[in-house]
Amino acid sequence: MLDKELRSMIGQVKDGRMDRRAFITRMAAVGLTAPLANQILALGGVAMAEGASTYKPTKRGGGGALKLLWWQGPTLLNPHFATGTKDQDGARLFYEPLACWDPDGNMKLVLAAEIPSIQNGGLAADGKSVTWKLKPGVKWHDGAPFTADDVVFNWEYAKDPATSALTIATLREITVEKVDDLTVRILFNKPTPFWADAFVGAPNTIIPKHLFKDYMGSKSREAPTNLSPVGTGPYKFVEFKPGDLVRGVINPDYHMSNRPYFDSIEMKGGGDAVSAARAVIQTGEYDFGWNIQVEDDVLLRLEKGGKGKTVYAVGGDTEFIALNFTDPNTEVDGERSSIKTKHPLFSDPAVRKAISLLIDRESVKKAIYGRAGRTTANFLNGPEKFVSKNTSWEFSVEKASKILDDAGWKPGADGIREKDGKKLKLLYQTSINGPRQKTQAIVKQACQKAGIDVELKSVVASVFFSSDVGNPDTYSKFYADMEMFQIPLSQPDPSQHMRRYLSTLVATKENKWQGTNFPRWVNKEYDATIQAADGEMDPVKRAALYIKANDLMYQDTVFIPVQHRLKVEAAANNLRPVVSGWANETDNLFDWYREE
Amino acid sequence: MSQYVLRRLLIAVPSLLGISLVLFVVLALAPGDPFSELATNPNVPPEVALALRAKFGLDDPIYLRYLHWLNAMLHGDWGFSFVSRMNVDTLILQRLPATLYVIGSAQILALLVAIPVGVYAATKPYSLFDQIANTLAFVGFSLPTFFTGILFILIFSVTLDWLPFVYTTDIKGTGIHWVLEMIRQAIMPVAVLGLFQAASMTRFVRSAMLDVIRLDYVTTARAKGLGQAKVIVKHVMRNAMIPVVTLIALQMPAVFGGAIVTEQIFRIPGIGSLLISSILSNDTPVVMAVTFVFACLVVLFNLIADVLYGWLDPRISLR
Repeated sequence: MLDKELRSMIGQVKDGRMDRRAFITRMAAVGLTAPLANQILALGGVAMAEGASTYKPTKRGGGGALKLLWWQGPTLLNPHFATGTKDQDGARLFYEPLACWDPDGNMKLVLAAEIPSIQNGGLAADGKSVTWKLKPGVKWHDGAPFTADDVVFNWEYAKDPATSALTIATLREITVEKVDDLTVRILFNKPTPFWADAFVGAPNTIIPKHLFKDYMGSKSREAPTNLSPVGTGPYKFVEFKPGDLVRGVINPDYHMSNRPYFDSIEMKGGGDAVSAARAVIQTGEYDFGWNIQVEDDVLLRLEKGGKGKTVYAVGGDTEFIALNFTDPNTEVDGERSSIKTKHPLFSDPAVRKAISLLIDRESVKKAIYGRAGRTTANFLNGPEKFVSKNTSWEFSVEKASKILDDAGWKPGADGIREKDGKKLKLLYQTSINGPRQKTQAIVKQACQKAGIDVELKSVVASVFFSSDVGNPDTYSKFYADMEMFQIPLSQPDPSQHMRRYLSTLVATKENKWQGTNFPRWVNKEYDATIQAADGEMDPVKRAALYIKANDLMYQDTVFIPVQHRLKVEAAANNLRPVVSGWANETDNLFDWYREE
Repeated sequence: MSQYVLRRLLIAVPSLLGISLVLFVVLALAPGDPFSELATNPNVPPEVALALRAKFGLDDPIYLRYLHWLNAMLHGDWGFSFVSRMNVDTLILQRLPATLYVIGSAQILALLVAIPVGVYAATKPYSLFDQIANTLAFVGFSLPTFFTGILFILIFSVTLDWLPFVYTTDIKGTGIHWVLEMIRQAIMPVAVLGLFQAASMTRFVRSAMLDVIRLDYVTTARAKGLGQAKVIVKHVMRNAMIPVVTLIALQMPAVFGGAIVTEQIFRIPGIGSLLISSILSNDTPVVMAVTFVFACLVVLFNLIADVLYGWLDPRISLR
């Protein structure tokens, strides 16, 4: 769509010359979906329509018990300490954020009364502050009122390093102030186009000041309410056994009308994904199974005549192969994969291009991911408006061979290509995980056909993804030529995600390999593009900048996307769960119900 | 006798210290850290993960961490779990009932099957009963519990739909209904584990009985005209039980330690599944505490076995 035309249309909606519906219809006419149109409007400074709800029940309660199966059960219930999504999911049963994300990536109000926009005075035109109005009359489960003081407290609590809250990352960058009892203002130190980070979504839920105020800083671990949450959510806390069980009952004073539907809730932990799928889909012992990462043919078999089905949610998670731009086999100042080196093989762009042609994404989809995967050429696969349409992928051993032939890589006596005495031998590592090992095998086979020798390596996940400096096998040290995994995109905005590959963030010995740019790819144009996007308040220009950033990675073959991965859940046939690729599974729980 | 017990106790102290040191060093050298999930979360800057490691002392030298741990342990502080940020002893106590119930029942089942079958088989060696019992025992301990567990689930849960295969600690209902449900959900894990242990124990009881049954004093007893039952129970069993007691005593720690595989398959929130999930998430304080408790129990039950020997055969304590 033409940039200018779109902008004038947004202007018309702002001035009231065109209504929202007409705008969305016109957007649809040029092939953009309604939610996408809504998002463009929202970030263009026009209030976002709240995500449409599919909720049908007309009264609170009466739905019986909801039985959830999390094969990794929550181990703690303070959202500020949550190390993984399982903990956020457990805490989210009781605690709530100001707003969350619906399946289309639209904002949905929870504790906030309205979505901030330029029109309602919530968003500053310079992008340096956002003002949230809170829903009046919301009560904590113990009856105390929920006010702006609670929101401000959460900021003070988490930004204190002694508390060792994991939300510190989001909250230390901002200032939160109380305007009145039901209004808070968040101040940013620079223009922030994606303002919906703090206090939005399951990782950023709000805990009560009156129960935590005596447990700030180094005393944070002693709070009795760490293990027995008192929140504002649809369910009241009953019981918690770490890793095993979380139980709650309906909150009769819940602030949303007719909600929640279920009278009680139970989240059971432990076991593995396959048996969780079986307990939901085949035997119907449970209503919902979380994160069912199981080969698709297994799921299809379970679904035959079963009591449940699989449910998918589209987000932006990409399973990719990263190529190392530095030399993992040469040590410089006691450091392998040092930024001072160049990869002996990948420094030839032809080799990188050839490898990309040897990844058979369609076969990987067919043989492994099935309904849970989509083939893609992009590193950035969502939200929709940030997805590049300029890229394409192909699988062709012939073309790969030709590119290598043309670049002077000739097969040696052993059938492996070589040039200037360097053989095309690659080490390809990933974490131990069924689908990943199968993908490795498919890739190795294709590479062999093209005269590239690939050695496979797999590392236990808890080591591969560790921040342990002493360990040589972490993904950030990247002592291999290629590595495969995914980095979850946890909010419907790519800014955090794409900033990781700035050349200033290269992982080195100096920063204890905590730099996030692990392929050690250095590109000035990319840096400039990301920096421009960081402060760009115009949504259309901003989207274009991220598309450009993605295309730069594509041109340089930094990442070879293997699959755009969908979230997979299992649900009873009569359950109507609302699951978003942009949120945690329990984020939209207030909208779940059962069809009679 | 009391001197013998005291001597045994004094040996136990250095062995426990040694065990704890070895466990600690092995765990400290093991790769990975409890905050690995943060590494791929784009919202958490890496400094935060590093700061957490430093805060929890993961970067201190090993000897310092060991001394801290030992000191705390001597003061009755078991440390706290990095992952759930609660005290390790609370965590273990929460898991203990399920383990004791399921694994304990399995042990009792194993004993109830193994002793009568083993004894009866030994009295009639190479009879049809003996051969059937032997065959079943061989089949029983050749099939691993993860296989029989899944087989049971497929038969009794999926196909027949008789029993639940997810163990829940919060069964709704009270009184007799609650008791029945508790029994119903434990049938499969108890059977899987109990029969597995019964199989090897049967073989053991049988061979221990056979060793004794051929001794001269048994023939003498028979020659005196004592009835078969009296000879077996009073004369043979008491002596044959010495090695069996060892076996049972050494298996007692397993009752507390849980059965890792079975707990995992049936989602029993016991010590075994706590251990495995803590190992997977590198939650060292929990792994350390569970394995150390396990070591203590092994030492304790060894001691009890020694004392029992002394009682069953007084000659042992004199040496």
